[in-house]
Amino acid sequence: MSLLQIRNLCTTFYTPGGLVRAVDGVSLDLVMGKTTGLIGETGCGKSVLGHSILRLLPANARIEGSIRFKGEELLCLPETKLRRLRGREMAFIPQSPATSLNPVLTIGRQLVETIRLHKRVSRQKAREAAAALLELLDLPAPEKRLAEYPHQLSGGMRQRVLAAMGVVGNPSLLIADEPTKGLDAIVRRQMAAVLRRLTAKTGAALLLITHDLRVVAGLCDDVAVMYAGEIIESGPARVVLTDPRHPYTRGLLGSLPAHGLKPIPGVSPSLIDLPAGCRFFHRCPDASPACGEVWPSLVKQPDRQVRCLLFAQGRESGKGVYGRDLQAAVV
Amino acid sequence: MLAVAFGVSFVTFFLMYLAPGEPAEMIAITRYGAENLTAEQVAVIRLAEGLDQPVYLQFGRWLGHVLQGDLGVSLISGEPVLTEILARFPATLQLAVAAMAVSLLIALPAGVIAALKQHSAVDYFTMTGALLGVSMPNFWLGLLLMLLFAVNLGWFPVSGYGGWRNIVLPAITLGTGIAAVTARLTRSSMLEVLAQDYMLTARAKGLGEGRIIAGHALKNALIPVVTMVGLQFGHLLEGAVVVETVFAWPGVGKLLVDAIFARDYALLQGCVLIFAGCFVLVNLVVDLIYVWLDPRIRYEKGG
Repeated sequence: MSLLQIRNLCTTFYTPGGLVRAVDGVSLDLVMGKTTGLIGETGCGKSVLGHSILRLLPANARIEGSIRFKGEELLCLPETKLRRLRGREMAFIPQSPATSLNPVLTIGRQLVETIRLHKRVSRQKAREAAAALLELLDLPAPEKRLAEYPHQLSGGMRQRVLAAMGVVGNPSLLIADEPTKGLDAIVRRQMAAVLRRLTAKTGAALLLITHDLRVVAGLCDDVAVMYAGEIIESGPARVVLTDPRHPYTRGLLGSLPAHGLKPIPGVSPSLIDLPAGCRFFHRCPDASPACGEVWPSLVKQPDRQVRCLLFAQGRESGKGVYGRDLQAAVV
Repeated sequence: MLAVAFGVSFVTFFLMYLAPGEPAEMIAITRYGAENLTAEQVAVIRLAEGLDQPVYLQFGRWLGHVLQGDLGVSLISGEPVLTEILARFPATLQLAVAAMAVSLLIALPAGVIAALKQHSAVDYFTMTGALLGVSMPNFWLGLLLMLLFAVNLGWFPVSGYGGWRNIVLPAITLGTGIAAVTARLTRSSMLEVLAQDYMLTARAKGLGEGRIIAGHALKNALIPVVTMVGLQFGHLLEGAVVVETVFAWPGVGKLLVDAIFARDYALLQGCVLIFAGCFVLVNLVVDLIYVWLDPRIRYEKGG
């Protein structure tokens, strides 16, 4: 049985401009010990999906559907009970390390507070645990870092502090929102190693929200590709990344440096005014007239799910486009 | 700091010079009364106090004495200016501190609650109240409070100086005006902080709403408020002049007003100098609190 079961999740924001359908009918399963990558371009709703799981949404948002965690329906849980799950059972590593730590409190204070929230230990013990945790994450001179403020740390260090804060409660579900955003190549690789080590140690399920395909290829067992609020292709990472079916997934992989940096033309549709047919219709190189009118459903195939009329009609777009060398090229 | 004090003294000195009425005559009237005033007495005063000299010489002479630590002697009472001011200063300080306390006690909770319940009835009520508070002139509010609580209800004395009952009405009068501004700033500052990424981090940790507000939001939100409160202290001294007059509160503000009416140059200059000094001192304290609140400033100097 899966740890987290998301069924037909819709997250809508009420804004002066209209209803924004940030997440529109998403179903996803997360399994203990497995890492699932959620990829897609900026604004496709992947971060909102992550926030929805913990119900960390502003007051103008509405969530519908079902999110079951260890069999318990999260969307019906009162706030006080949900708060007890946050950080302890389900942890969240936020994006943008530059602004996600409180600028006026020391690293130590922020870490110790988190530790003492989940374990009944003395301040001194918590501080020692915090230092040990930072050391585990390869942060140099952890004792010294605890006395420092966020602005004194580099981006990579801050990201690791946030990761440490995420795992202190030994959560069984870890959601990492763009943990490698804005980091340079070396730090990005270190961060990926940190996440791999953390999940291996605790056996937690990891939902990795990112638009960095290299990280997905290096870390994830499964992958789900989101576009304009919907999942358009999902399956084992090895299968989807080497043999993408959906034209959008193919476009994403084609935009990698190793495959010629070919951008996908056009922009994704507004989440307020969604088109009637396939949401990728206007940018799709393989679109037929029917694609503009018929909304494709997610079709189950032996090795994956894909939302595209090309496959709904029983057509198979045979060969792997980029071949097996992708794994090597991107890691 | 010295530049501020010098500038303020300079401006008041010359404004006083431009004020209507012959100073020597006014002083003579205050000293001897208007009935048995002789031209001779006026002439003696003019000569003795150097009022016949050009204004820049008068200012220069006064400045020379001040630099030696001598604020001079009151032209009316003959007491040293410093003694007069020091005698009155505790009363003004009491009033200022009490007014500031009233202001913060109203403004901080009101601003925070309004921010937490944005667009609610509480929010609109608080902000409307703040608007009223800003718009209401001090002397008028003072008179209204006096009428209601002192004259009609008889809860507090009408005016004067004495026990704690005396300070309530003047402190409220002085405090509400600046509370309005602080409340609005606290609200907007709090709203800004609540939208920051680190609030999401705090919530994702599993912290309760109370600890998020008190432990994570408040310290950030207070940074701009502290600056504002410091600047308001100047406003407070200025308000003290009006409120002390309305409530016959024997502070430096009242002394200043009396000095203006009596054309007591030496005393007036002394009062102004003390006010300027207080203002500069408070700004220094604000800078220090600022450094304590915001670690980003603390470390910039150290590199």
